[in-house]
Amino acid sequence: MTATGVEPKPPEPSEARQSSMPLDQRIRRVFLYAGSILLAVMFSSPFVFSVASSLKTVAEIHSFPPTLLPAVPQWENYVAVFSLKGVPFAQFYLNSALITFTSMFGTITTAAVSAYGFARFKWPGRDAMFMVLLSTLVLPEEVVLIPKFLMFNNVPKALIGKTLIDTYWPLILPSWFGGGAFNVFLLRQFFMQIPRDFDEAAVLDGASSRQIFWMIMLPLSRPALATVAVFSFLGQWNDFIHPLIYLNTSDKFPLSLGLRYFQQQPTDAMEPREHLLMAASLLMVAPAITVYLFAQRYFVRGIVMSGIKG
Amino acid sequence: MVAVASTSPVRATPVKRRRWRARDFQGWLWASPWILGFVLWTLGPMLWSLYLAFTRYSIIRAPIWVGLDNFQRAFQGGDSLFWPSMGRTFTWALVMVPLSLMGSLLTALMLNQGLRGTAILRTLFFIPSLTPAVALAVLWRWIYQPDFGALNYLLRELGVSSPPAWLADARFAMPSLMVMTLWGAVGGGTMLIFLAGLQGIPQELYEAAEIDGAGRAARFRNVTLPLLTPTIFFNLIIGVIAALRTFTTAFVATGGGPNYATWFYILHLYQTAFQNFELGYASALAWIFFVIVIGLTLANLRLSRRWVYYEGEEAI
Repeated sequence: MTATGVEPKPPEPSEARQSSMPLDQRIRRVFLYAGSILLAVMFSSPFVFSVASSLKTVAEIHSFPPTLLPAVPQWENYVAVFSLKGVPFAQFYLNSALITFTSMFGTITTAAVSAYGFARFKWPGRDAMFMVLLSTLVLPEEVVLIPKFLMFNNVPKALIGKTLIDTYWPLILPSWFGGGAFNVFLLRQFFMQIPRDFDEAAVLDGASSRQIFWMIMLPLSRPALATVAVFSFLGQWNDFIHPLIYLNTSDKFPLSLGLRYFQQQPTDAMEPREHLLMAASLLMVAPAITVYLFAQRYFVRGIVMSGIKG
Repeated sequence: MVAVASTSPVRATPVKRRRWRARDFQGWLWASPWILGFVLWTLGPMLWSLYLAFTRYSIIRAPIWVGLDNFQRAFQGGDSLFWPSMGRTFTWALVMVPLSLMGSLLTALMLNQGLRGTAILRTLFFIPSLTPAVALAVLWRWIYQPDFGALNYLLRELGVSSPPAWLADARFAMPSLMVMTLWGAVGGGTMLIFLAGLQGIPQELYEAAEIDGAGRAARFRNVTLPLLTPTIFFNLIIGVIAALRTFTTAFVATGGGPNYATWFYILHLYQTAFQNFELGYASALAWIFFVIVIGLTLANLRLSRRWVYYEGEEAI
């Protein structure tokens, strides 16, 4: 599609490179720009179409043949989403925010604490444990879905007499235990890069390891912590299978389940709601994109780090 | 024997061990959130599900030990959806892994040409991968909608009189899912990792190759590709696992239909466990899946020695 297929002819090594822009170079650049514009259109047109749909009127959304753009953009559709009949969309939004932020907070704190233990202490079994940590990166979560469900159903039933299914505990609690191997790995790598001289100087001043953690490691690792925050935000915000398994009451649904719930509502042919469904989907996408745009630097760094060593 | 003998004197230095014991404990303590989490949410559950895989269990009554029955049921035709869902999942992976790897690599190569506006392009390519799977499925269902969707609108404009119903048509559902998944995957993390890999290739190598008279194609084949093999390898491992785990997009976009055309393995697992509540049999399904994923990953690691090139001391 692009680079390799487009080359006209291998350029003559010496002269062709000398002049500012020989013809074959220029042709190549034209092809590259054309290709990248084509790709950009392919990647963005689904969004353009859904944004256009989300701004249509009830009549336009089901007009046949369909129109591509709304005659007059109906911005109030984005307000109407929050007062839908039978779909508590505002509630979904709040639920998502609640689940996402409590898990994110748990992930950041416990991943940092665990990573410090791996980065700065040499304890028996540490290296073996770190290998275990790395190997859980390729472990498919699906293997533990059933027993985890049982842990939140049967165990609390036996201990406190009621199930934790249909509560947020199963979605939040696991994040408070290291927040996933990848986050611990990422922070550990970052902590390892902080010179040990800092720790040693602090120790000479009588600092405990807790103080070193708080006053040296954390402040110096802001970029890595931001990376973890972004990943954990997106992970929770987008998560579908866990809420699907653990939650039954529609009032408790986060956006991921809520959107599907909205989509599955029986629709009245006389009153189509696809434009509102599109608006709702885009309202779910928006925070993810916003977070990415604000934290792009950290985000890219995190992804790149994941690729450095598996 | 020799090894044991040679290590024992080192072990018998009580002074050193005692001095470090407090700090050892501290290290364990700091790492304990993850270690506890590993035992609670990974190791324990895995053993539990291994046990359940040999039982019949529906939550209401205690599990009944049934030996290998569940595995026999899966492998020997007692479950008519087992092999089809497995086959579909593998077909999916066989198509999607090469396509998404090549797509991501080409996109990364394009972004690595130093064109103007590269930062904007990178963001444009990347945004689809940020779309939550549910939202992605909902958006594309509307694009694929037979009467009012953008795709068929476009096709009708181009003169196709009766375009297919895409996700609602058993013949087209699978390719339709592939296209929408590729849209969300090609410009994502895989591309960024490729881009980082490309930027990590030392410029001197290209210059040296050019002096030796290597053309653009030769430089790609002899410099870029070999030095990129570790990155390709990493993306391959991640890509295979992700493809086999396909669930949300299919679940929301087609629900596994029409007529089971997109009934993937994890859909089958979900259905068995959380709709039919056959938790014993579903645990067997989960363990079969686990063994396959780990097996493929190990096979990939082993095969990698033949084609992955590590520069100098940069071994894994």
